[in-house]
Amino acid sequence: MTQVFELWIEYWPMLAAGLATTAWICALATMIGIAVGLLLACLDGARSTILRRTVRAYIEIMRGLPILILLFVLYYGGPGIGLRLNAETVGVLGLGFYGAAYFAEIFRSGFHSIPKGQIEAARMAGLSAGQIMRHVKLPQMLALITPPMVNQIIILIKESAVLSIITVAELTKNTAQFVNETYAVVGPYLAAALLYWLLVEAVALLGRTVERMVRY
Amino acid sequence: MATVSLIYDNLPMLLWGAGITVLVSGVAIVLGMPLGLVLCFGLTSSRAWVRHLSRLYQSVWRGTPILVQLLIIYYLLPFLGLNVPPVLAAIIALTLNTVAFQAEIFRGGLLAIARGQMEAARMVGIRKWTARRHVLVPQIFRLVIPSLVNETISILKNSSLVSVIAVTELMRVSQQIVATTYRPFEIYIAAAVIYIAVNFLLSLLGRAAEQRLARGV
Repeated sequence: MTQVFELWIEYWPMLAAGLATTAWICALATMIGIAVGLLLACLDGARSTILRRTVRAYIEIMRGLPILILLFVLYYGGPGIGLRLNAETVGVLGLGFYGAAYFAEIFRSGFHSIPKGQIEAARMAGLSAGQIMRHVKLPQMLALITPPMVNQIIILIKESAVLSIITVAELTKNTAQFVNETYAVVGPYLAAALLYWLLVEAVALLGRTVERMVRY
Repeated sequence: MATVSLIYDNLPMLLWGAGITVLVSGVAIVLGMPLGLVLCFGLTSSRAWVRHLSRLYQSVWRGTPILVQLLIIYYLLPFLGLNVPPVLAAIIALTLNTVAFQAEIFRGGLLAIARGQMEAARMVGIRKWTARRHVLVPQIFRLVIPSLVNETISILKNSSLVSVIAVTELMRVSQQIVATTYRPFEIYIAAAVIYIAVNFLLSLLGRAAEQRLARGV
């Protein structure tokens, strides 16, 4: 057991570097996911049937697809169609556009949760569209969608471990390197699991703080 | 044209891989159900230590990436002197993971059932586990089918990760085909289509089961 701890301390810089990469990749992917997801949710309410169907198809395809295969199509299949991206870029874009489908569903349920009568009443009272968005729709929506959003960010963090398979030097990949150098296996992966757990718990804690802030 | 024949030639292998994918995830989901129910009753137990232990299990398995869990199980088993084939290690890892998620799903269903039912069953002298099995479990299942279908889809997608421990399921088979044909784009798209088709079928089945059970109420 002491040997395990000694190894953890010796390899801490490598694990920390991996954790940092995991964190920034997930942060960027979350931003892309939320931005694209919001756009998709807005387009889903569009008048054009073609637009709506395209959005639905995108969401259904992404939700039926393992993230690993999306990453393989982009990373190994990309060059075949003239798309040459490095592993990190594929990782950020892959996680972001994959997550976007899930974020879109969360936004959509948020939009649908506000009774029409409220918006009609606000309009009757003379509020502008912008005011309705800011004072009626957004506060209610934020309170409702914050918990599932946090949940989705946590899922995204856990999914990011898959990036190790396309050689991104994130936490899981660096742990595999740790294994290769020491021939210890269970110890390094336990360390990785613990670090992921801490990261996820930290995000959950942050999420609960945000939840309290958006409560109206 | 070349693409069509490429896919056509490799289709039997891809479908074989898809079969293994369905088998591995199916076994994990089915094994996960009774264990998930036990964990669900653990989460809602009146004994504090049972509750805490159940929550710890759940927190660990839901809070870490399934890929890391898979690698730990895969390397841990031989370390413990158990030399199991990769496919078994994969099933064990997926099962232990889905148990934590299914328990949460079942807990949601359990909360929707009136407490009085269990109290009434206990009052007339039915043992706790007998009452749970005959009174609660059938109702829980009826309530949670949509979530259970979602979990099955999630496990099916996550089963693509067992390719890293050399289980020749759909993902691994695709990689093998790519290694000999050098056509990653077409092959991986074909695999993607198969995954989407299987998941689509699953959601259809789920909807049918939901309707059937809804009539039975």
